[in-house]
Amino acid sequence: MTTRSGDRRFLAQFKDANVIRLIFVTIIVFVIMSLLRPQLFLTARNFRSMGYQLAELGFYSMAMMMTMVSGGIDLSIIAISNFSGIAAAFILRAAALNGAAGFTLLLYGLLAVGVALLIGILCGLLNGLIISRLRIPAMLVTLGTMNLFTGLAIILTKGKSVSGFPSQVLYLGNNTLLGLPIPLWFLIGGLIVTSILLERTSYGFELKFVGQNPIASLFTGMNNEKILAKTYVYSGILSAIVGLIVLTRTNSAKADFGQNYLFQAILCSVLGATNPDGGYGKVTCLTLALISLQFLSSGFNMLRLGGYHKEFAWGVLLLAVLTYNFIRERRMQRTGAARAKS
Amino acid sequence: MKKIVELKNVVKTFSGAVALDGMNLTIYEREIRCLIGENGCGKSTMIKGISGYHKFDSGELIINGKHYQNITPREAMDEGIQVIYQDFALFPNMTVAENIMMIDSTTQNRRLVNWKKMKEEARRTLERIKFDIDVDKYVADLNVAEKQMVAISRAIAQEAKLLIMDEPTSALTNAEVEKLFDVVRELKKNGVSVLFVTHKLDEVIRVSDSITVMRNGKNVYESNENTLSKEDMIYYMTGKRLSEQRSEDVKREGVPVLEVRNYNLDGAFKNVNFSLYKGEILGISGLMGCGKDRLAKALFGIEPASSGEVLINGKPIGLIRRVQDALDHNIGYVPEDRLTEGLHMDHTIADNAIARIIKQLRGKYSLLSKEVVRDKQDETLSMVRITGLRRDNPVRTLSGGNQQKVVLVKWLAANPDILILNAPTVGVDVGAKSEIHDIVRDLAKRGVSTIVISDDIPEVVQVCQRVLIMENGEIASEHLVKDITIEQLEAMISGKNKMVDAQ
Repeated sequence: MTTRSGDRRFLAQFKDANVIRLIFVTIIVFVIMSLLRPQLFLTARNFRSMGYQLAELGFYSMAMMMTMVSGGIDLSIIAISNFSGIAAAFILRAAALNGAAGFTLLLYGLLAVGVALLIGILCGLLNGLIISRLRIPAMLVTLGTMNLFTGLAIILTKGKSVSGFPSQVLYLGNNTLLGLPIPLWFLIGGLIVTSILLERTSYGFELKFVGQNPIASLFTGMNNEKILAKTYVYSGILSAIVGLIVLTRTNSAKADFGQNYLFQAILCSVLGATNPDGGYGKVTCLTLALISLQFLSSGFNMLRLGGYHKEFAWGVLLLAVLTYNFIRERRMQRTGAARAKS
Repeated sequence: MKKIVELKNVVKTFSGAVALDGMNLTIYEREIRCLIGENGCGKSTMIKGISGYHKFDSGELIINGKHYQNITPREAMDEGIQVIYQDFALFPNMTVAENIMMIDSTTQNRRLVNWKKMKEEARRTLERIKFDIDVDKYVADLNVAEKQMVAISRAIAQEAKLLIMDEPTSALTNAEVEKLFDVVRELKKNGVSVLFVTHKLDEVIRVSDSITVMRNGKNVYESNENTLSKEDMIYYMTGKRLSEQRSEDVKREGVPVLEVRNYNLDGAFKNVNFSLYKGEILGISGLMGCGKDRLAKALFGIEPASSGEVLINGKPIGLIRRVQDALDHNIGYVPEDRLTEGLHMDHTIADNAIARIIKQLRGKYSLLSKEVVRDKQDETLSMVRITGLRRDNPVRTLSGGNQQKVVLVKWLAANPDILILNAPTVGVDVGAKSEIHDIVRDLAKRGVSTIVISDDIPEVVQVCQRVLIMENGEIASEHLVKDITIEQLEAMISGKNKMVDAQ
């Protein structure tokens, strides 16, 4: 066997047609926006602000991608992150009221993070168990739990936002480290972890198999239930992390924060070549899709597109991507299916 | 005599794989022609070509004197060509009358249904084949033979001139086969031609007026008489004089590797008892629906039995309740339907090959290394010969036989002690079939104990050393393969003359 160097492996993925296509999309969007609003778009300030926003959509899109690879979907991501964010917010507000500082504040902080993550895990586990054990479609289950978690959050807060945290909390969400916004560092870490999970663990390998054909996976001796449960737990953890990031960025937590992200996360995941029928997903593609969507979104703001126009644009884009994928898939299957039939 | 269908030098390929390679066929008016050939010889492709579902690449198709370049299913039906597939394509949620008259009422674009007239016409059609059944019965409540009669009636109701029947006897008992033959002869009297596709040679001798034998996509024998001997049929079908290759018998001594006691599952099988010894290849055969398929699934924990006991190397382990139980005792299972159960069609050949053992490849920090995975994939795939192998192509691009080898290899990689093969060579071409048989024999020599579930009798005789015959969910008899012939086994399974004990 010849040894394959790391460089070549890195380059190899650019042979993937999806990656090349997405690089083109990203460049085209970038060029168009730069030409339309050069004085606003091509500024350091704009890029920094995009960096802050990227993290939230990025984590949501990862959660969406993972559940889509498993052949499902998670509509409860926003609800989970608001719910866990609110729990953390209560703890941090208590810290501020008690005037905690130094080591005590750190303990409060760790507790807040721990509770938020635990809520994310439990919510994900609930989704995963219902989907895998009762075999109810993920779309219905997570639509139900979305309302359940949002409802719980509203009851806990009586619909008001929770705020008033120690000032140190805000620092995390609104400052840079080595020139990059701190939330962006979290996102980079999250992308690396997700990529390792998908490409380098037996869990990721089996996830793609279960997503493509759960029956054949069962006959191959894979534990479908466990794999699905793990996936929704991971989705819950990613959502809880967004809850914490939002908290540090906006200095508040609210039961109905960021509803628009749900649609954008689906869009980003599908644009990033994830197969919504399950079986395929790639972090490189997702990252490129994320960047091009962020360019678009910032561009829309600079073009002073109103909220309704933006929704309209996102909707058109999602349908266009799905249609494109459908046509491409069908063309590929025509050549393949004929062979399989003989 | 008038020709109804004529095929001249017809060729059909699927992305390079040749299915029909210069096939010729003539079917005359009022004849019962038998078409025989092994699995994968192109019979189904040809039928689908005549009935308009496939387009032939080249050659001539002449129906009732008319040349067709590109016949549609609709045109084929209008020419009176009707195909009865193995699954009959009936609507189980509708009555006999509705099924028979369905096409009639839908194609005439009538919005209202005249129930009385419909039932009358259905009854009249049933009379033409002398079949008596209540037309208000739901098709779901009929047995296989009755469903077949309904399918035939539906074809007649549409003025069939040629009835093509694809393996019509595979699920029938002997008495039912006799009845079918009477119907076929009755049809002939009514002026309908029948193309009877089968691989059961006794039936060919009994029912046919004329014979066509196919091999590798073309007719290798065609006669307007029924004079071919069984030995010659086999010769034309396989291209070899049958030197009956069989597995060497093994000693059945000591503690069985697997012992199944009083295995029961309501509505599937009852009181199943058998043992499997080290290195043995045990066949389980029987008619469709005899319970062999569900027994296999129960032994792998897919659809667990409700009571009974399993012993592995003499140790009782109770029931196999989940797939994990089977895996814990190193039992492997190659499923019947490789498209839905056996393979992940969109994933690569290489990934499919190691899907079973991926967990064993974990290294440092429980991570997979690309090199280790790749080497294992190559090692695994080298265990069999897969023609046109491109390891990183989707497994869907392979032919049936090669796909089946990938399923096999996936389990071989896991070194099972016990391997259950459910219909291992269905839809596999002749060459791949004998390779798969060689692999199974080779495994047995290396000490793997194998159960082969199959209704392909020649296969059972060639591969297995011992065979259990199942009937209505029970094991009806047990035979050592060295003591019986293919014909005897076929007779026993179709219930003609039960031999008390061949041992």
